[in-house]
Amino acid sequence: MSGVRVLVGTRKGAFILTADAKREQWEVSGPHFAGWELYHIKGSPADPNRLYASQSSGWFGQIIQRSDDGGKTWLQPGTPPGEPTSTPEGMPLAESNKFVYDTSAETGKPLTTHQFYDGTPHPWEFKRVWHLEPSLTDPDTVYAGVEDAALFRSTDGGQTWQELAGLRGHGTGSSWQPGAGGMCLHSIILDPSDPARIFIAISAAGAFRTDDAGKTWQPINRGLHSLYIPNPTAEVGHCVHHIAMSPSRPGVLFMQKHWDVLRSDDAGDSWHEISGNLPTDFGFVIDVHAHEPETIYVVPIKSDSEHYVPDGKLRVYRSRTGGNEWEALTKGLPQKDCYVNVLRDAMAVDSLDSCGVYFGTTGGQVYASADAGDSWAPIVRDLPAVLSVEVQVLK
Amino acid sequence: MIRVELPSHLRTLAKVDGEVQLDVQGQVTLRSVLDALEARYPMLRGTIRDQVSGQRRPFLRFFACGEDLSHESPDAPLPDAVVSGAEPLLVLGAIAGG
Repeated sequence: MSGVRVLVGTRKGAFILTADAKREQWEVSGPHFAGWELYHIKGSPADPNRLYASQSSGWFGQIIQRSDDGGKTWLQPGTPPGEPTSTPEGMPLAESNKFVYDTSAETGKPLTTHQFYDGTPHPWEFKRVWHLEPSLTDPDTVYAGVEDAALFRSTDGGQTWQELAGLRGHGTGSSWQPGAGGMCLHSIILDPSDPARIFIAISAAGAFRTDDAGKTWQPINRGLHSLYIPNPTAEVGHCVHHIAMSPSRPGVLFMQKHWDVLRSDDAGDSWHEISGNLPTDFGFVIDVHAHEPETIYVVPIKSDSEHYVPDGKLRVYRSRTGGNEWEALTKGLPQKDCYVNVLRDAMAVDSLDSCGVYFGTTGGQVYASADAGDSWAPIVRDLPAVLSVEVQVLK
Repeated sequence: MIRVELPSHLRTLAKVDGEVQLDVQGQVTLRSVLDALEARYPMLRGTIRDQVSGQRRPFLRFFACGEDLSHESPDAPLPDAVVSGAEPLLVLGAIAGG
């Protein structure tokens, strides 16, 4: 019988939640990497037992963890090339992973500064991996979106990482500025219909696309209107919070911006607003139903200065019309005295016949719906603040 | 034998309990001790010193014999008591917050 595995990253470790296809009875494993920040954990579509995790700490920096058995055991895949794979005492010979910005003239324009909050040039400094996106076809290939914003790729299972420097070097990089959460590359979408096409998004630069597997990039922000920047329709500088795409309909993208929910029907060449009747169009997450590409989900947040749900009510909003017309989904969710946030990578959908939707809150709850959002129940209520949620369907 | 005390998260990462004991060849300095530590526990590379610059990570500090060595030259000799093994080199996480 098939089942699901939900991968949860929190401020203080990772948790793995499993259930059969009914998605009613859950087993909880964790905390893994207790005490560390787990910005993201994601499984390979090509091999569900291959998981990648971003483990980080302000004190000790960035570590990449990999599991080859669905999260039962983990290893640091950074074994130095040509060196033995274990110490004489038999311990794994791994190192914390290196993410070194490529400033060589051959592979990218040497780019050493971006704009700081006050507009002054600031050196590019690696801080952490926000998002890991495994290849759709090769378990050993994985992309990493990092802070300060850049895209890295590993083709050896996370042992070594190379920057796709054409993104930072495409022309506007020196004008990018950090958002409140830092200057992070937080969204990576691989196009199942075109292996050369990748979409990414950066706070607070905007969305970008490559059509040649990462060599060259272009900003795709036409139609975005951001009142909080000097030129509201600038080519870059928009605080895109998250982007989503249904694998069943490549090229149609949905975006939750700082303010505004938008869609694009031409692979990001142009966007238009679909906020419609949402109570507020500020928010972080956005996702698309696995089988109905016009059904989308957001969690409206009160404002950019009050990062919690409005009116003390936790409501997921669903549109079945590709935007503009939204309905509040409340069954099973707290409707009074609730003041949590749902962060940008903390929602996921599964691909079972009745689409499951999952999200985690800064209050440590992970909610699941096995009926596309009609009703919800908490899987767990008291985890550390949730940073990310992903889900895998297991055959 | 050089004794090194690591913060608990790094002990977990290196899969060690308690103090680490290292043989250090040549002069005993912060650099030579950390080199020996990282050679024996490669999973710690990058967690104490930046992998590229070799600089101490900003939220970590080094102490020995009651003295703060965080801002000493990495090539300065460590105190005799550390060299003899009488005292450990402490790697501490700076306290950021209350």
